Amino acid sequence: MTTETVAVPTSPTKRAAEPEILTGSGAILRSLENLGVTDVFGLPGGAIMPFYDELMSSKGIRHILVRHEQGAGHAAEGYAASTGRLGVCIATSGPGATNLVTAIADAYMDSVPLLAITGQVFSTLMGTDAFQEVDIVGITMPITKHSFLVTRPEDIPATIAAAYLIATTGRPGPVLVDVTKDCQQNSAPFIWPPKVDLPGYRPVVKAHGKQIQAAAQLLAEAKRPVFYVGGGVIRAKASAELLELAELVGAPIVTTLMARGAFPDSNPLNLGMPGMHGTVPAVLAIQESDLLISLGARFDDRVTGKPSEFAPNAKIVHVDIDPAEISKIRFADVPIVGDAKDVIADLTIAFREAITTTPSDLTPWWERLDLLRARYPLGYDETEDGLLSPQYVIQRIGQLTGPEAIYASGVGQHQMWAAQYIKYERPNAWLNSGGAGTMGYGVPAAMGAKVAEPERTVWAIDGDGCFQMTNQELATCTINKIPIKVAIINNSSLGMVRQWQTLFYDGRHSFTDLNTGHDTVMIPDFVKMADAYGALGIRVRNKEDVDAAIKLANETNDRPVVIDFIVSPHSMVWPMVPQGVGNSNVQYAKDHAPSWEEE
Amino acid sequence: MTHVLSLLVEDRPGLLTRVAGLFARRGFNIESLAVGASEIPGLSRITVVVDVEELPLEQVTKQLNKLVNVIKIVELDPLQTVEREHMLLKVRVDNTTRSQILEAATLFRARIVDVATDALVIEVTGDTAKVQALLRVLEPYGIKEIAQSGLLAIGRGSKSITERVFKN
Repeated sequence: MTTETVAVPTSPTKRAAEPEILTGSGAILRSLENLGVTDVFGLPGGAIMPFYDELMSSKGIRHILVRHEQGAGHAAEGYAASTGRLGVCIATSGPGATNLVTAIADAYMDSVPLLAITGQVFSTLMGTDAFQEVDIVGITMPITKHSFLVTRPEDIPATIAAAYLIATTGRPGPVLVDVTKDCQQNSAPFIWPPKVDLPGYRPVVKAHGKQIQAAAQLLAEAKRPVFYVGGGVIRAKASAELLELAELVGAPIVTTLMARGAFPDSNPLNLGMPGMHGTVPAVLAIQESDLLISLGARFDDRVTGKPSEFAPNAKIVHVDIDPAEISKIRFADVPIVGDAKDVIADLTIAFREAITTTPSDLTPWWERLDLLRARYPLGYDETEDGLLSPQYVIQRIGQLTGPEAIYASGVGQHQMWAAQYIKYERPNAWLNSGGAGTMGYGVPAAMGAKVAEPERTVWAIDGDGCFQMTNQELATCTINKIPIKVAIINNSSLGMVRQWQTLFYDGRHSFTDLNTGHDTVMIPDFVKMADAYGALGIRVRNKEDVDAAIKLANETNDRPVVIDFIVSPHSMVWPMVPQGVGNSNVQYAKDHAPSWEEE
Repeated sequence: MTHVLSLLVEDRPGLLTRVAGLFARRGFNIESLAVGASEIPGLSRITVVVDVEELPLEQVTKQLNKLVNVIKIVELDPLQTVEREHMLLKVRVDNTTRSQILEAATLFRARIVDVATDALVIEVTGDTAKVQALLRVLEPYGIKEIAQSGLLAIGRGSKSITERVFKN
């Protein structure tokens, strides 16, 4: 049986001869401190009060009191996604815990290292429908990497250490630790480092040498290779390795929604984002490729379109740290299970050896791709109603703020435009809810990122719908001096749903008007709302005012800023592959499909 | 296609929910399930019979392997496996049928474990085919109740799953 000492920072305090006696609460706090946790997001309630009592006297841990537990969850996600470190959120039992569920599910879909600590009713009351009792371990079973229920204080150190290990290693993900109130109150010796005994947890990190060789050989022989880069490259911190490999091979790269920034947008090898709203060159490069090297990507349906028509002539090399992703959607000719950082480095070495025998000439491939790039660049038309175009606003935010900033978005049209029109040069600069598609992610995630990276400018690119789901965290931001910038791309509607209604439901805009924007009652008034929260509120209606507002926001660091950009509700996200069809049916703009293979 | 999976798992609360939940999420019906202690303290063995195609089964197996409390999963090859089911049957009897039922039980090497004036409880062990055959033979007499275990299965020969996991 493998019993290993957890590979985490050990206590800076001297080890006493006799272990200290701590309450369960004290043990949670000490464990978190010993693991290097410095910031947590949460909101107290009855079943977590003993822990909050301890937390109050903590010197090493900053607690950010949120206004809704979902905000704590997304803030912890933003904290984690902007740094690669563990994000921690805390809630009480019952509704406190269920309010974390959306964020936990979100972290599960996007492989975010998240630790959720919840209070639970007294162990003697469990199962009796006690006040604020829910079976949160049961509820979160399908959306966590693992979950623990702790009822004895002596089990706390090993459980917290195990949770840390599981959340941050292998394919990262959320772990929930549910602690009964009596466990928090009772005392036990605190032993650190604890023995972490996880015989069933053995993530594979080092890939099989033969498979690497096989992949390198295919890559050397390929005429039309494409690197299909997913969020796993960011989680694995493998951007430097990827840059080296890509430049050595000289093959095109596409970065998925979750991988924006994993490879610099300014690098000419980067064709942009693939998928439903990907660039035409990225989408068609995959369709026409003869070899797809998938790195930390999972063939999500928003990338593949109809899977049977995805990259029909390509062999697949699938690199993932999670064996369950390999051949899940598309059969992998060369499956490689391992950490992207190691695999890419090994693949670089193997490729160098392989090209000495079989040199690859990618010139014809690049001629085709450059043609696509020249003919179908990313772009948008000016609005017909004369209102601000949302793409312009988002593009200017990116241009005026630069690649060192962090951009978090909500979900919908503005998310796609932010993925398309902001240029990302570094990993962890782009935060969004890719897998779960959680509206309301933006503001709290930006808040978490700003706590983690206080020196960076942090923008939340949000929609008027998304903003109304989690804007209460502006209070948290103002009071805790977390000066994020929020750009509300206010098209007065649930824009992406509206776009689909326009395109696929005969223009029947069923319940998608929010009445927040142009020519409406404008409820709520986002500028007044910003003011009420102690933030700087700005409204922008005209193109010529856009730059000044963004600059003012970037210069304002004593409080949060909310800019209400009143944009056209008619703007649509292009290019687009309609749902359920093959990606070769990509439409560059409305009723405008590029010609397929017209050499 | 029926597959028999043998899982070595940590004996933890909620473990069965985690395992069963994975099957349910993929829409697979578990045909039979047997859970019990293994030869190692703290570890249990689960034998699952599922009726699925090869490819989705591989996906479920991989997902099961990701469960932190699951230590090892092996799909057992029916040709290299001893399989047994255990069934208790309560059969209606009267003076004319009693001897016929006793005879049938003897032929199947089943045992009578309880006798009442108008019923017998019969215990039978065997592979699925044998147990089902006895059931068919006794059905005409009137089965009042049956209780059946899940399939138990173990690989033939000297190797054990546990050995392979903990050899180092």
